[in-house]
This record gives sequence, C-alpha cells and structure tokens, in this order.
Amino acid sequence: MAQSELRQQIERIARDLTKKAAGQSMRFMEVCGTHSHAVGRYGIRQLLPENVALLSGPGCPVCVTPTGEIDWALELAAREDTVVTTFGDMLRVPGSKENLADLRARGAQVQIVYSPMQALETAAKHPGKQVVFIAVGFETTTPPVAVTVRTAAERGLENFTILASNKLIPPAMKLLLASGEVQLNGFLCPGHVSTIIGMHPYQEIADEFHAPCVIAGFEALDVMKGLYALVAQVAEGRADVENEYSRTVRPEGNPAARAVVDEVFEVADATWRGLGLLPGSGLALRERYAAFDAVKRFNLQPSNAGEHPLCHCGEVLRGVLRSVDCPAFDHACNPEHPLGPCMVSSEGACAAAYRYERPLAGPIPDTGMPEGIGGPPTAEEVAAAEEAGETL
Amino acid sequence: MCVAVPAKVLEIEGTRALVTVGGAKLHAQLELVPETKVGDYVLVHAGFALQVMNEAEAEETLALLEEARQLGSI
Amino acid sequence: MSPEPVIKLAHGGGGVQMQRLIEQELLPACDVEHGRGGEDAAVLPGNGQIVVSTDTFVIRPAVFPGGDLGKIAVCGTVNDVAMRGAKPHYLTLGLIVEEGTPLSLLRTVMTSVRETCAEAGVALVAGDFKVVERGSGDGIFANTTGVGFPLLDPAPSIHRAAPGDVVLLNGPLGQHGLAVLAARGDLELMMTVESDCAPLSGLVAEIVAAGGAGVHVLHDPTRGGMSAALNEIAGAAGVSIEIEETSLPRDLGVEGGCEVLGLDPLQVANEGKVVAIVAPEVAETVLAAMRGHRYGGDSAVVGTVGAGPAGRVTMRTIVGTRRIIDPPSGELLPRIC
Repeated sequence: MAQSELRQQIERIARDLTKKAAGQSMRFMEVCGTHSHAVGRYGIRQLLPENVALLSGPGCPVCVTPTGEIDWALELAAREDTVVTTFGDMLRVPGSKENLADLRARGAQVQIVYSPMQALETAAKHPGKQVVFIAVGFETTTPPVAVTVRTAAERGLENFTILASNKLIPPAMKLLLASGEVQLNGFLCPGHVSTIIGMHPYQEIADEFHAPCVIAGFEALDVMKGLYALVAQVAEGRADVENEYSRTVRPEGNPAARAVVDEVFEVADATWRGLGLLPGSGLALRERYAAFDAVKRFNLQPSNAGEHPLCHCGEVLRGVLRSVDCPAFDHACNPEHPLGPCMVSSEGACAAAYRYERPLAGPIPDTGMPEGIGGPPTAEEVAAAEEAGETL
Repeated sequence: MCVAVPAKVLEIEGTRALVTVGGAKLHAQLELVPETKVGDYVLVHAGFALQVMNEAEAEETLALLEEARQLGSI
Repeated sequence: MSPEPVIKLAHGGGGVQMQRLIEQELLPACDVEHGRGGEDAAVLPGNGQIVVSTDTFVIRPAVFPGGDLGKIAVCGTVNDVAMRGAKPHYLTLGLIVEEGTPLSLLRTVMTSVRETCAEAGVALVAGDFKVVERGSGDGIFANTTGVGFPLLDPAPSIHRAAPGDVVLLNGPLGQHGLAVLAARGDLELMMTVESDCAPLSGLVAEIVAAGGAGVHVLHDPTRGGMSAALNEIAGAAGVSIEIEETSLPRDLGVEGGCEVLGLDPLQVANEGKVVAIVAPEVAETVLAAMRGHRYGGDSAVVGTVGAGPAGRVTMRTIVGTRRIIDPPSGELLPRIC
C-alpha cells in the first residue's frame, strides 16, 4: 500500500531525529494539554528512540486549578438564582467532594459553553439570574475572556461575573527548571499560547537555563518537527528560541490581544495545584472591572482544601512521575473514578495516557516505583482514605 | 491547550465573522484580529479568531492531512 | 387567532377525547390488518424462533436535522432486531406525552413512524398512549418493541468474532450525535451534518444473502459510538480488533465539527450504521452487496480481528503508529482546553 506524503515525511524526521540524538540521553517537556493529547492521539512516543524522552508538564489549566477554586464553582452552582457557565472540560473535575455534573444532576443550573460570549448572552437573556463564567485557561483563552468582560462593561450588564482563574505558563516553566527537580534539556512550547505571547517570553528561559525552547503546532508533523529542532539544538550545544509553527505564530505574537488582556487584567500571584504559589503567574481583574469579579460579588472565602490522599497529580504535573508509573494509574484511578484532575480532564496527562498509551502489549509491568511510593492502593485503602476525609 | 482550529473566513459583519472548518460553519469574534479579511485563514479558539494565518502554509498543511486521510484501504 | 392545540390530561383519560385522538392521530400509522381492531392484543402469524428487542427514546430535541423522535423510535428497534440477522416484522409503540405538548409535534412524530415503518417493511400492531402532568416528563417519550424472524442460524452474535475476520462499516461515523448537538443550539455551531438515522433491515438482508454463515457479527454503533461497539465485541468474543484510521469513510462536516468541539468521531453516536464482522472468504462479496445498497454506498473494510490480547481495540493512525481505542466514559463533552 502506498504511503501518504505525510507519513513519509514523519518517518523521515523520526529517522533523522534518532540519528541526531545518538549517543546522548535527552529529556524534553511539553507544557500544553493539547500537546499531551496530540502526542497520545498520534502515538508520537512510538516514533522516538529510547534515549529521547518526552514528559508532560503542567499544561492543563483545569488540572492546575486548586481544589478550593473548584469548590467555589460548586458553591456558586448550588445557589438557586445562579447559572454557572463553563467550558465542558470542567464539568467532571472533582472538588473536595463532588463535581459540577453531580450538582447539575440535583437541579443546579450549569451551562456548557464553547465561548465566554455565550455566557454573556445568557446573562443578557436572564437579567433576573446571576451568571458566573468559570474562567480557566492559559494565555490563549485569556484574550477571549478579556473581550467578554470588556463587552459586559460596555453593555452595562449587572448580573455577569467571572471566577478569574487564568494563568501564565512561562513562570511555571521557569519554576520547573529552577527547582532542579526534573532534569530537562528543553521545552516544546505551546503553539497556541505562542500565537498570543510570541517568542520573546521564552528568551529568558533559554538564556538563564541554557534550555532550548521550540514552539510547535499540534499536528503530528508539527510535533515531530518541534522535537527534531530540540534534539538538533541539544546535539549542537545551542539554546535558542525557535518557531516551528510559523503558519500561525508570529515572532511578536498578537499585540492587540495582549493589549486587551492588559486593559482588563493585571498580573498577580497564583496557586497552582501541585506546584504551590507561583509569583506573577496568574491574572486578576483590575480595579475598574472589580464589579465582574465573582469572588468579590459573592464574598467567596479562601479555603485550604487539599487533594485526595492517594492522588499524585502534583508529581505528574511537575514531571517527576510518569502517568503510567503512578501507583493509582489504571487501578484506583481511571476515567470512571478519577482521583484528581489529571485523569478527569480530557487534557490531563493521565487521561491522555489512559486513552492512548496504556501498554499495547499487556498490563503495566511492576517495575521500579519512584522512592517513597508504595504499590498500587487496594480498593479498601481507597475507601478508607476517602472515609477518613484525609487531605494532604 | 488549546483546542483551536484553522478556519476560512466566509463573511464579515461588524466584529463577527462566519467561518468554515471542513464542513462545519461557525461564528468567530474578530476583536483580537480586526484586520481580518474575507478569504483569510484564521485560528479560532473559544469563538474568537486569535491570529490570521499564513495562507500558503495553512493550505499546505491541510493538503498533507487530506492526502493522509484519503489514502487507505486494506 | 386561536392558540396552537396541545395535548391535555383529558387526552389520556380513557374517555371520548382519548378515543378521538387515537383515531385521528395514532391509528393511521397502525397496520390495517392487525393494528386497528381496537383489541387488547394482536394475534399474529409466527414462524419458529422469534427475535425480540425493545428500546425507549428520550431524545432532545424531538426534531433534528435528518430525523425526529418518530423516525428514531422505529429505526432504533428495527435495527436492533436486524443486528441478530433477522427480518423485523412487527412493532409496538408506547407513548408518554407531557401535558402541553403541541399536537403538531405529535403529528410530526406519527407521520415519521408511519413512513419509517413502511420503508422498513414492519407493521405497527399494538400501541399505548398516556398523558402525564406538566413537569413530569419532557415532551414526548416513546418505547418500541420489535419482533422479527431469523434469517440465519446460528444468529450473528457479538460473541462470534473470530481471529482473521474482516471488519466492515457502511459509512462515515458521527453524523447523528453531531446533528443532535447542533440542533440543541447550545453550541452555536451551524453544520450541514444530518443525522444518519435509517432503518437497516434491508441492508442487513443484503449482507446475510451475500455472506450467509460467514456473517459472524452485526452490531450498530449507537450511544458511545464505534469505540463502544468495538469494545463490546472484542470483550464478548475474547478477541482483539484493530482498525485503520485511513480506511474509515469520511464526512467532512463531521470532521470539521469534531475539530472545533474537540470531539473524537469514534465516540459520537450513530443511528444508521452497522459494523459487520465476517469471515475473510465472504468479505469481498459482502462488501459489494453493501456498496450496492442505498445505506451502504460508502462501505469499506476498516479493520481486522486478531487473537488477542482479549478485549483490546487498537487503531493504526494516519501516521502509522498505534493507539488504544477505549470505550467512552460519561457524557460526550466539548473541550476547549
């Protein structure tokens, strides 16, 4: 059977990459849920030689939303007069006890939207209700949210607020390298985030840590080109910012989009699940848009809600534990019964690994677990932990 | 993240465009790329166009994908 | 201008209004010979083994591009009976209607019931009609039970897939689920996708005639899509199945819609598709027969059955790598991130 041009190109890159990487062990990290998804969907790891590893980092905005903020969304959904609008991704993410789907089943008004503007329209159509939009996402999603808030202000909507949980990815990338926890040779940078921020924010990472940063798109060919560029840089001792997604990413990004974000939001500190408090990694509504802040309007209180005691999402997010190596993976934790967001969010590293990468030849072998982690928890252990209401 | 797709602009009315992705049509807001013209390829995410794409490269990618999907029979 | 007529509780009360409604709106869809006598039950000619299936339909919205509740209520059950390699003959219809439902909707549904029964060659021989209080339901719910007679012995079964078998599919996946999603209007997606809802009894008859005892499995990928269907078969038969992404028949509207919403077409529901798993020696003949049928023009060989690991379903991607196809979990949710 004739092979497509695409497949021939990809196989060619795979061969070149293997040759280029020969004799060196290399570890790269992608920090984008859609890259995690693409890597799984196209079986990219099957194209890489043994000495080149690709890790999944904290690129899933839903996964890094702290449990306490999810609990806020649940608290709002439980109110009679409130409609919670959200991207589909959030519906089954567990808070301390339940998720939005559970509340919806009990009569809460939860509307799934594709665009934040739909949330705005819901508010306009139902002036008697409070409409809250759960704003989760990285730099790609923030400009649409900013335009939506600005439009709400222009239209004088009084019943529309957002739960502002948008984050910035470069600070997390810096933290990962600075912590020294994970040995990384470079980053595969998120293609769509980069359409907004351009190449510049990665320069300090490349310079300070001597870590190549290659911006890549999401088709199989894009990912392979990006990985080849990373391998080539490491093999040649370079540490530059490179753009392998030029059909969509311009070096300067989208300044108009950044301007809107800057008008509505200001940089703030933010807590990331699994990473802790990262200075300057989040966005808060500016004072002049405070009326659209759900935390203020509903007087939401900070919480110390923690993770499920058997959940290792934090380590997965920091790249120190592979999904398939987590003791709970495919035992206590699976898409039907997720212990944490990495499994329930379709973007999460563990959900992607479960769907696409459970070993094709059989069950997971019992090979060396990272230090400090025992064997897979039994069903009794999980039940006992849940009942004791233990949190970390 | 994020799920975003290349879409061809069919019509523009004010700040909103009608775009097409394969056989699907949807609306996309243009506030973030006001210079968009009919016939452009734009990257669409969450109901918004984020960037005008390089047309030649976009079409090349689409052609490659199209060929790869067609070619197959056991 | 008088308000639009609606169904009232009285219409389900067993009195004169109910009688009139039944005569005017429901009986015309019923079989002339067996279904209009007003008897408590229909006495029907039989034929040895019978094949029975029942299903209840709660679809929202009740009318969508390519179909409506009536059409899907007939097709769903006709197809389930056909999937056992049987010819469906008789159908029953039970309706539960919420007070306040427009009469025009009931008429649309019943017209579709009548037309689809005629196309499928089934007789509607028994029915029931109830009205519930406003708020107790959600428009119209329908239940259909179908009775048919086998064309093959042993009947095709999800347990009978065998290593070496060929997997055939009669057309592109994902049309029904996306059409319904678009019709819900929540997602502001205009699509040209129409539901593929269709009665497959005729197509199945062709498959059986062409493949005979070589037709091992017939299964329709409804809720949960192709991934659910293949996993059910692989699990039941204790085999592995591998499909080729490049051989799947395509619908550009579905592809575009799924790209935008972040959905996997393998997980989206179908109402006019059949997966036929046949012995390799009859594959070509069966494929030709499928392609010659109205509902099988895009039929293709999409995969093969292997010896194991048991229950494992994989797909070779367009770039030649492999991935596992799991059954979907929970409702199908659009992704943005």
